[in-house]
Amino acid sequence: MERISTIHEINDLINKKEITYKEVTNAYIHRIESVEEKVQSLLKFMPEEALKKAEEADESGNTLSPLNGIPYGLKDNICTEGYETTCASKILYNFVPPYSAAVAENLNASGAILLGKTNMDEFAMGSSNENSSVKKTFNPWDISRVPGGSSGGSAASVAAEEVVFSLGSDTGGSIRQPASFCGVVGLKPTYGLVSRYGLIAFASSLDQIGPITKDVTDCAIVLNTIAGHDKRDSTSVSMEKKDYTTFLNREIKGMKIGIAREYFAEGLNSQVESLLKEAIKTYRDMGAEIVETSLPYSKYALSAYYIISSAEASSNLARYDGIRYGYRTEEFDNLLDLYKKTRSEGFGEEVKRRIMLGTYALSSGYYDAYYKKALQVRTLIKEDFDNAFKSCDVLLSPTCPTTAFKIGEKSANPLEMYLSDIYTVPVNIAGIPAISVPCGFDREGLPVGMQLTGRAFGENDILKAAYAFEQATDFHKKRAVI
Amino acid sequence: MDYEIVIGLEIHSELDTNSKIFCGCSTTFGAEENTQTCPVCLGLPGTLPVLNKKVVEYAVRAGIAMDCKIANFSKLDRKNYFYPDLPKAYQISQFDLPICQRGDVEIEVGDYKKTIGITRIHIEEDAGKLIHDSGEGTLADNNRCGVPLIEIVTEPDMRSAAEARTFAEKIKSILEYTEVSDCKMQEGSLRFDVNLSVRKNGTKELGTRTEMKNLNSFRALERAVEAESRRQIFELERGNRIIQETRKWDDDNGESFSLRSKEEAHDYRYFPDPDLVPIVLENSYIKEIEDHLPKLPWVRKKDYMEKWNLSEYDADVLTVSKDTASFFEKTVEACGDPKSVVNWIMGDISAALNEQNISMKDVKFSPGDLGELIGLINKKAISVSIGKQVLKQMMETGESPSKIVEKSGLSQMNDEDELKKIVLTVLEKNPQSVEDLKNGKEKAIGFLVGQIMKETKGKANPQVVNKLIKDNI
Ligand SMILES: [Zn+2]
Repeated sequence: MERISTIHEINDLINKKEITYKEVTNAYIHRIESVEEKVQSLLKFMPEEALKKAEEADESGNTLSPLNGIPYGLKDNICTEGYETTCASKILYNFVPPYSAAVAENLNASGAILLGKTNMDEFAMGSSNENSSVKKTFNPWDISRVPGGSSGGSAASVAAEEVVFSLGSDTGGSIRQPASFCGVVGLKPTYGLVSRYGLIAFASSLDQIGPITKDVTDCAIVLNTIAGHDKRDSTSVSMEKKDYTTFLNREIKGMKIGIAREYFAEGLNSQVESLLKEAIKTYRDMGAEIVETSLPYSKYALSAYYIISSAEASSNLARYDGIRYGYRTEEFDNLLDLYKKTRSEGFGEEVKRRIMLGTYALSSGYYDAYYKKALQVRTLIKEDFDNAFKSCDVLLSPTCPTTAFKIGEKSANPLEMYLSDIYTVPVNIAGIPAISVPCGFDREGLPVGMQLTGRAFGENDILKAAYAFEQATDFHKKRAVI
Repeated sequence: MDYEIVIGLEIHSELDTNSKIFCGCSTTFGAEENTQTCPVCLGLPGTLPVLNKKVVEYAVRAGIAMDCKIANFSKLDRKNYFYPDLPKAYQISQFDLPICQRGDVEIEVGDYKKTIGITRIHIEEDAGKLIHDSGEGTLADNNRCGVPLIEIVTEPDMRSAAEARTFAEKIKSILEYTEVSDCKMQEGSLRFDVNLSVRKNGTKELGTRTEMKNLNSFRALERAVEAESRRQIFELERGNRIIQETRKWDDDNGESFSLRSKEEAHDYRYFPDPDLVPIVLENSYIKEIEDHLPKLPWVRKKDYMEKWNLSEYDADVLTVSKDTASFFEKTVEACGDPKSVVNWIMGDISAALNEQNISMKDVKFSPGDLGELIGLINKKAISVSIGKQVLKQMMETGESPSKIVEKSGLSQMNDEDELKKIVLTVLEKNPQSVEDLKNGKEKAIGFLVGQIMKETKGKANPQVVNKLIKDNI
């Protein structure tokens, strides 16, 4: 069977009865068996369960849902009832949740077939997947390079065509940055659009689950299934459901695309910059209006992000104490000793760094100087975007300042690693949606991502802009050769 | 005494909601360990809290009853600390923006009245319970995790153990009347923390205070205040300083001991819980709750005195507990005779309750039944003394008075012809008494009536009997 790669292509073949669901699933299982050794994107692989579901899908003959019978991957911080959900952390190495995340329930109800749980930076803290306590994942375009992070396994598995699509989570760029590094499409939805119920929290006020797909059409299809109000998540927004696929057309004449001058400044790789300039030209040629704008406070975004996300993480991760589930140290003298040893041994370096940073930022005497100040910056950044969207419909920027870096290149220097998220972080701080789509390749053949950012609940705008660009270019069709 | 005692209280009360504050688990007390839990109250990874609206409503009710300002905007915060009874390692509580602030509660202690300031009331979740004596090391029972609480914090306005106790009792009565809490003290539904300091009379500045946590009876509260104030005065008199610390009250031995000093105090690192949204209350919502607030004890007391001419003493006693007040009101509604209802409740019923060590809530018969009993007496269908017998059976079986009267043939004998025969026989048998009565010894009539009552097993209408005796001597 020839390799097929998108949800909509598979649906076409199924509808023409040229292929069965079982054949689809089998093809992906074989693909995993042949490339996973090199990519290392999966923490768990469930071929038997998947095949059984595929057979059921063939028997029922139900083709009502476009996700019916489609094999997918879930980042390992998304709970799956009965299957380990570990956050790639030693401290949760044996945790089997007795419930599934809302998104996993939705996908299951739509008939999609879970084929594996994907690798990630421990507790979603990292930009390279090197912080996984289990293993490193490699970039399918160049296995000497990182896939990005923290949803590196999710992005690599889609790029390597081990699954048709996957879900990741994005707290500061964790979907978009690896999507950019792996040459696939990644969407961080508006905060509150997708239920966080069952997503193991890193930073609750920033975390959002989103799709990683081969193209924009698939992105819209998956978003249709996972978006929507969930009464189990108090921050989930109740609003009328949209069919995002209806916004996918090339008619973007007159659409205002904003370029923030701060995003094309020093630190941006020149090859990435020139590809972005090409993309801007493509939009201009399609009849979009290019508007220059400014996001003056975005230079404080990274600092505010590390305070807010670490503060929340220090509290969210406090429950891993060795008392009820997960890793517990072998020997201890008393309760305090149990806590100290369990947490010292169970968490990796980066996680401990953030817990300490967050604990410090919330401590009495420092709260006002750090946490409170960061919240003030957060308000300013939101206002920045509000102002920018007065003159444009979407903002165009690079997703990352560089292409995928070498394994080990930045792991010794956390601050340099943090800079990888400089364009993605402000979006989370403001709670708005952004998508990363492929916009070309550098001289070494590594994919470059373009980020399109929209107003709150403006997924339709960015999907439309992304789709139009995709139709005008061929970057999404190029495949990684493994 | 040269010293003034300064007391502030923090009162934790479990709310009487059916389900927990952030999940759907039951709050019923006494269930088997860890059977009333779910992934949310166990704080399992990935779960999220959803605020129970009833908790907000109950807190607002308590706030209105304590004359607080109800916040249009308040929020929930995380209080972070590690302990095995706290599965998330943080308690969801309210820090700087509580739901109710600045209230007043009036108390009456002996012959004076006094207003105690309420600093704030906030909502929070309870923690679980550790069981140390299982024989398998320490175990955790998480049934109580997430049971809703309000914490009521007072100003340091109380000056004696009696004031503290009276205030605590008043709070209990308010929480019961507003149906916010069942206040079952033996189940830990109402717990007191005492902040106490002493200062020389006439001093303006407050002394260094200590805190005693988790007192769960009025007696313990009173005794702890007395002992701690004595201890502090003793220390000061000896020239020692009071150390700011948390102390544990040992009610069995009547003394407290130091738990931890302020230097070792936690830094709880409060911050707004990002999993929850702020609590925004419209004025119309607050008004709606206010309009439907159950009548408070002092309002009822006033009603009883004005509408039904009860004495202040009677009105006070009846309104001490909501169950008694409600029983009283419903009985009056049923029979329209408040004075008799007071007499029965404060007399025979109260005595029987004391004897059996039960409360009004446990009474087997309804206010309607008691009303019926009073009606039977007022109609002279039975005498008061028969009524007392009937009540005894009502307490035992819960049967209606008319049924008891019918079953036991206890109806009053009012028929003159029937009674006349008995009267004549008794008079014949007791010539000496008849003689005495004729000679003006009025006391003799009592004896004769008693004999007739004995013959009729108490069923004879005493007024008819009296008349018949006078007519036939
Ligand atoms: Zn529960």
